[in-house]
Amino acid sequence: MGDFDFDVIQRSLPYLWKGMQYTLTLTLTAMTGGIFFGTFLAMAKLSVISPLSIVASAYVNLMRSIPLVLVIFWFYFLVPLLLQGLTGATEPVPVGSDQTALISFTLFEIAFYCEIIRAGIQSIPQGQVSAGKAVGFTYAQLMFYIVLPQAFRNMIPLLLTQTIVLFQDTSLVYVISVTDFLGAAAKVAQRDSRLVEMYSFVAVIYFLISFTLSQIVRRLQLKISIATR
Amino acid sequence: MGKYNWNWNIFFEEVATGGEKYYQWLLSGLGWTVATALCAWVIALILGFLVGVIRTTPIKWLSIAGDAYVELFRNIPLIVQMFLWFFVLPDLLPQAAGDWLKQDMPLPEFTTAVVSLAFFTSSRVAEQVKTGILALPRGQRNAGLAVGFTLPQVYRYVLLPMAFRIIIPPLTSEFMNVFKNSSVALTIGLLELTAQARQMNEYTFQGFETFTIATVLYVIVSFTANRLMASIEYRVRVPGYIGGGR
Repeated sequence: MGDFDFDVIQRSLPYLWKGMQYTLTLTLTAMTGGIFFGTFLAMAKLSVISPLSIVASAYVNLMRSIPLVLVIFWFYFLVPLLLQGLTGATEPVPVGSDQTALISFTLFEIAFYCEIIRAGIQSIPQGQVSAGKAVGFTYAQLMFYIVLPQAFRNMIPLLLTQTIVLFQDTSLVYVISVTDFLGAAAKVAQRDSRLVEMYSFVAVIYFLISFTLSQIVRRLQLKISIATR
Repeated sequence: MGKYNWNWNIFFEEVATGGEKYYQWLLSGLGWTVATALCAWVIALILGFLVGVIRTTPIKWLSIAGDAYVELFRNIPLIVQMFLWFFVLPDLLPQAAGDWLKQDMPLPEFTTAVVSLAFFTSSRVAEQVKTGILALPRGQRNAGLAVGFTLPQVYRYVLLPMAFRIIIPPLTSEFMNVFKNSSVALTIGLLELTAQARQMNEYTFQGFETFTIATVLYVIVSFTANRLMASIEYRVRVPGYIGGGR
């Protein structure tokens, strides 16, 4: 412990900050995409059109039963081939690890946000839906004016909790050598043989961010539950 | 995608470096995945129940320690926790212990993966256990104390049997998560299922076949884990409670 070298952390701070910016970009992109497309997937899953709901359920169940690391490898392998198919190129189109990670995280998170949103939609009393139909609302009007606004209000804590999980999970892009926060720290750690310092620092930062966010979510949860009582 | 050369026979071809066939790689990976997950799960249940229980006791410092434990293991990404156990801990321990961890510990990747996965999962189990105990009517604890049970007896005979049944559904998804999370151990060199699939893809460039089979294996594992927990839930149901009365 005596030779703990704080200097290596200080020296690499600008580089680590770049990594953190990527981590945050990845988190926010996957969150935005996940909630946006997750909403539609949830509506598909609850749809009375059964092919739609079967496909949506299958997608969600598949994504939820395989590890994120495997999903990352799938897309890392698949995206260049898909692009080749789409653009008609003769070779698989190389895609940077950064972009691959953005695509795979968004597609993976859609399934998880979808389940939260589905539960939120189902928590809205049936009478509200019936009332909306009775006054002649179309399905889209019903969803966007009556069901979703109320559902989202109840779901905010769960959506944020999922985002904290996502924030931690983004560190798995390490497996395709993306320079996120952990990736940046790992590169410095290996270059300078300072594994103890770098990984301890990474752990402390992840802990501080996740802990703070989860405390905020807890407060929010209390506030919302009191207001709805 | 016209250019892709399908070859489903690849699994029965010999590995380029000789000796084994590719399906043996995946099967051995599956074995490590299941072994890691099951060992970690057993430890996680024990730790999780202990920590969950002490978080609900009236003894203040115990419950604070329990809360701290949960926050610590829940707010650091699993991959970072694995790195801490694998790369950092040996250097923080006294010389002899650190050297033992680095050089003499049997199956270092497997052991580290089990330990880190167990602690990570135990914080989630502890959270469920606490929720389960708090979900019981307060009268149960008081009634137990009133008939002269000691606090440990109240937990053993009154609170835990019911709390355990209440939390089986959330524990089911944690049990399924443990198999998926074991894949993170490939970052410290454990050749579990995902690692073997990645390696096979690098050797053969038959990514579709490789990842499809790996996916199918994970789906089978998830499904089995789910059915196992469902059958436990059914066997231990109490008539009159939580769907037990059917």
